[in-house]
Amino acid sequence: MFGVLRGMGITFKNFVASYFLPRKPNSLETGGMVTLQYPEERLPEKERFRNFPFLIYDTKPDDLRCVACDICAKECPPKCIYIVRDNDEQGRPLKKPKVFDIDFTVCMNCGICEEACPFDAIFMDHEFEVGGPERQQSLVYHMDQLLKPATHFAKIRPTDHVAIEEKRRKEAEKKRAAAQAQPKPPEAKPPQA
Amino acid sequence: MIFLDQIFVNSKKAILNLASAFLPTDAILIVSALISIGAIAAFGPFTMMYLTWFERKLVGRIQNRIGPNRVGIFGLLQPIADGIKMLTKEDIVPAGADKVVHFLAPVVVVIPALLVFSVVPFGRNMVAIDLNIGLLFFLAVSAMTTIAIFMGSWASRNKFSLLGGMRTVAQLVSYEVPMVLAAVPAILASGSLSTVDIVEAQGGWNGLKWFVFTPWGFVGFLMFYLCGVAECNRTPFDIPEAESEIVAGFHTEYSGMKFALWYMAEFMSVFTISALTATLYLGGYQGPWLPSWAWFMIKTYALVFVMMWFRGTLPRLRVDQMMGLAWKFLLPLTLINILVTGLWYFTSGLGLRLGLSIGILLVSSWVLVLFNRPYMPEKRVYEFAE
Repeated sequence: MFGVLRGMGITFKNFVASYFLPRKPNSLETGGMVTLQYPEERLPEKERFRNFPFLIYDTKPDDLRCVACDICAKECPPKCIYIVRDNDEQGRPLKKPKVFDIDFTVCMNCGICEEACPFDAIFMDHEFEVGGPERQQSLVYHMDQLLKPATHFAKIRPTDHVAIEEKRRKEAEKKRAAAQAQPKPPEAKPPQA
Repeated sequence: MIFLDQIFVNSKKAILNLASAFLPTDAILIVSALISIGAIAAFGPFTMMYLTWFERKLVGRIQNRIGPNRVGIFGLLQPIADGIKMLTKEDIVPAGADKVVHFLAPVVVVIPALLVFSVVPFGRNMVAIDLNIGLLFFLAVSAMTTIAIFMGSWASRNKFSLLGGMRTVAQLVSYEVPMVLAAVPAILASGSLSTVDIVEAQGGWNGLKWFVFTPWGFVGFLMFYLCGVAECNRTPFDIPEAESEIVAGFHTEYSGMKFALWYMAEFMSVFTISALTATLYLGGYQGPWLPSWAWFMIKTYALVFVMMWFRGTLPRLRVDQMMGLAWKFLLPLTLINILVTGLWYFTSGLGLRLGLSIGILLVSSWVLVLFNRPYMPEKRVYEFAE
């Protein structure tokens, strides 16, 4: 009897509190709305959240960092990355991909491609609202969909961006120092990681 | 004030005056009946639509959610969207079902739910027919839903439906008894079975002499309301449609608009039971300052709110607990309550009256609680296990 009344009191407290208390998402305390009106309101994105890789470019989409080395495709556990190296007119291989596809239906968002990439060219994105009208073609992302500027990376993952820029700057300095020490570096040698 | 109080009555009179200009006297009677019928036939389903919205909002708020909010402002168009969805759904009739009865049952269940609106006094002079056996009519007609529910459950040819139907019959028949007996003190006090007379008997003290302010009235109110909740198959007495036990009970095999009709009957009886409780014990349309229909609606919706609050709070009773509550607690207490009402009227002096009635009610409910204490086996002691 009194237990029933106490239970009624608790539900009434929650009922009233849902109108007056501020919203506390992810809180188990009683009182206060916990739901979020998702398409209109969003929780702030966590920086370390990862979903779906993207290819990074520095200034314009042509000079992307990817050199089509195929390491990410080899490392990828579910084998969702497909890369074809680009050739110039004489048929010599270029240091950039002609085809770079990622099948989102296969990708498991593990982020191993990001860790494996020696050129800091592929990173995990925050994009989670991915949908398509059918299961096959629209969820295979091609290179033009995957390419995103470095500013996007700086925006979604600021601390990682700073660290990676620092690393890249040091490597470039080292390379420049090596180039100064050795006046004529061999052309065809692939860059060191 | 009088203008606001009688605004609906006067607008009906105005329509009748207008009609009498070009219709014979006999036709005016039919027009008068049609206006009342039309008002009720529009009010009942409309109430049902917005009670579904109200319940979803309220239970949502209790669970710290927002509830319907996509269709229209505050989700106010949600019932219309639901109605369109229900109408366009496939109407499935099981292969082994008794098709005629299966079709008839949801129709039959709505009729008593709508009929009882005719004796509900919505305000001063605002009752469709002031039957001199209004309360009896209400109880008798609302008991007819049992037949409809059993028709539907039997005709579905489904085990879960049948279980739900049998539980319904057991529950509704059991709760009918204490419900009628719980209404008796109000009849005793007002000396009439007419709902209007019962409300008028509570008109003293500037419209605040409600029966609920007396000891027997308070107990009668609680018991009548509890039995009413059980009559509507609402939580915590919703074992006829217990989702976790028997799928959906009697309406397992119903889909589309037939399912909506079951719900319409349920929500309309939620409203009418609340209205009748308000009429019997909360003074109906009596109250100071506000128009009479406003008082009636406030009281009724407060009781509807409590029903939905129950829904958001209480778990379902077990069958034996529910039957025990009806037969072993409510039934004796209603009989004692009738006795107390009699004593109240044959004793004089406020102190004696109050002391006697409160004493008898407290002692008897305590004794009943003691008698109804469930058997708890003593905790076993294992001597050799360590």
